[in-house]
Amino acid sequence: MEVEAGGAVERARSGDSDAFRLLVEQHSRAIFRLAYRMTGNEEDAEDVVQETFLRAYKQLDKYEARSSFSTWLYRIASNYSLDLIRMRKRHESKRERGTEEDHRDILQSLPMDTPGPDRLMYGAEVKDKVNEALNELSAQERTAFVLRHFEGLSIEEIGEALGTGANATKHSIFRAVQKLRRSLEPLVGPAR
Amino acid sequence: MNHVSEEQLVLFYYGEQAEPAGIESHLEECEACRKEFRSLQLLLNTVNSAPVPERGPEYGPEVWKRIEKHVGRGRRRVFQWWIWAPAMAGLVLVSFMAGRLSHRAVGPATTVATTSTGSSDTASPANPATAANSANTKFRERILLVAVGDHLERSQMVLAELTNAPNGQGKLDITDERQMAADLLDDNRLYRQTAHSTGDTAVASVLDDLERVLIEIAHSPTEVSNVQLDDLRQQIENRGLLFKVRVLGSKVREQESKPATDKDRNSKKL
Repeated sequence: MEVEAGGAVERARSGDSDAFRLLVEQHSRAIFRLAYRMTGNEEDAEDVVQETFLRAYKQLDKYEARSSFSTWLYRIASNYSLDLIRMRKRHESKRERGTEEDHRDILQSLPMDTPGPDRLMYGAEVKDKVNEALNELSAQERTAFVLRHFEGLSIEEIGEALGTGANATKHSIFRAVQKLRRSLEPLVGPAR
Repeated sequence: MNHVSEEQLVLFYYGEQAEPAGIESHLEECEACRKEFRSLQLLLNTVNSAPVPERGPEYGPEVWKRIEKHVGRGRRRVFQWWIWAPAMAGLVLVSFMAGRLSHRAVGPATTVATTSTGSSDTASPANPATAANSANTKFRERILLVAVGDHLERSQMVLAELTNAPNGQGKLDITDERQMAADLLDDNRLYRQTAHSTGDTAVASVLDDLERVLIEIAHSPTEVSNVQLDDLRQQIENRGLLFKVRVLGSKVREQESKPATDKDRNSKKL
């Protein structure tokens, strides 16, 4: 568990807004990275960052020091991102058809004798395809996967943060990996 | 020889496998599983290549600038809602009693002013009990509305998702919506009871309708047929719920953005 500089959390809890400013400055970049990976675009990520800190400030009394402050912030950011993603879910079915077609177009446009995964892996097309693959995950799968894969939270911590429990989290991560594998199969090879 | 499952490999990759030594020794011996694990590593390493726009060291102060003006307001609100609720109940009672006494003292001519919330601004300063009653009622309403604001936004999301969900072939997975509805129920009960007890009948009525629908959603199966989905939509539409929640939500935000009166400000310093 990390220790916040100068007991900033405690001071913020007692109403010291300068202490809260320190916390915002300390954690903003990490929350932005998480939010971007969750939502997939900068505008939403900025919205998540702002809302996360506002909610955190309002709920400081509910923060229990048994988890680290950053994990608690991740929890707020993840849940808000989940809400955002779900809100947009209704538009996804329309987009999905287009995405699938675009996706096939990209694959067809790739040369058959590609120069090998090393070059592709760092190419812009690969990055786009990874983003597309992440976008195809459900909100729950994406959240669990991002928190495990990019942020390094344990499955238990994620289950607690999202209120879903460890088993459901584990399954969300498995499903996410399977979907990613299907989407990225042309690049990384088929599953057995 | 039993191969290692994909799930076990995923857990192994993330260091969450209960017995990693067993997997390791199996991977050393089994080429098929080793190949599978390499493929998984390649996949997950490829995912790492998803770019994230960089934010520099100035980003934290920029975020603070954006939220600074909201910060003081938000924390005081929540703090007061819980901490001062018993005190508010006491104030309401005192105001009510003062109103009753003032009726008796000055007669029926003042009845309208003391019982109508809407006329609180016009309450005569010559009658301190009436003015206190109006100020307290106003403050009480403000606290309730602010607390309900976030709740309404989240509820609106659930309702809108179900209302706009596309009818398709097969069943629709509403696991997320069910979970959100279940999460919202406890808060909704609290706000509805508070609204009832503080006499905010309009808010209480919307929350009452909302609660019935949230219960329905929370108790629905995780996958619903088109008929079940239409039934949920019907319940939302029959009550005009989405519209009511939106209207109430905007009123709440409107109230929030209004500057507090002197009396409100004084109260917030408590």
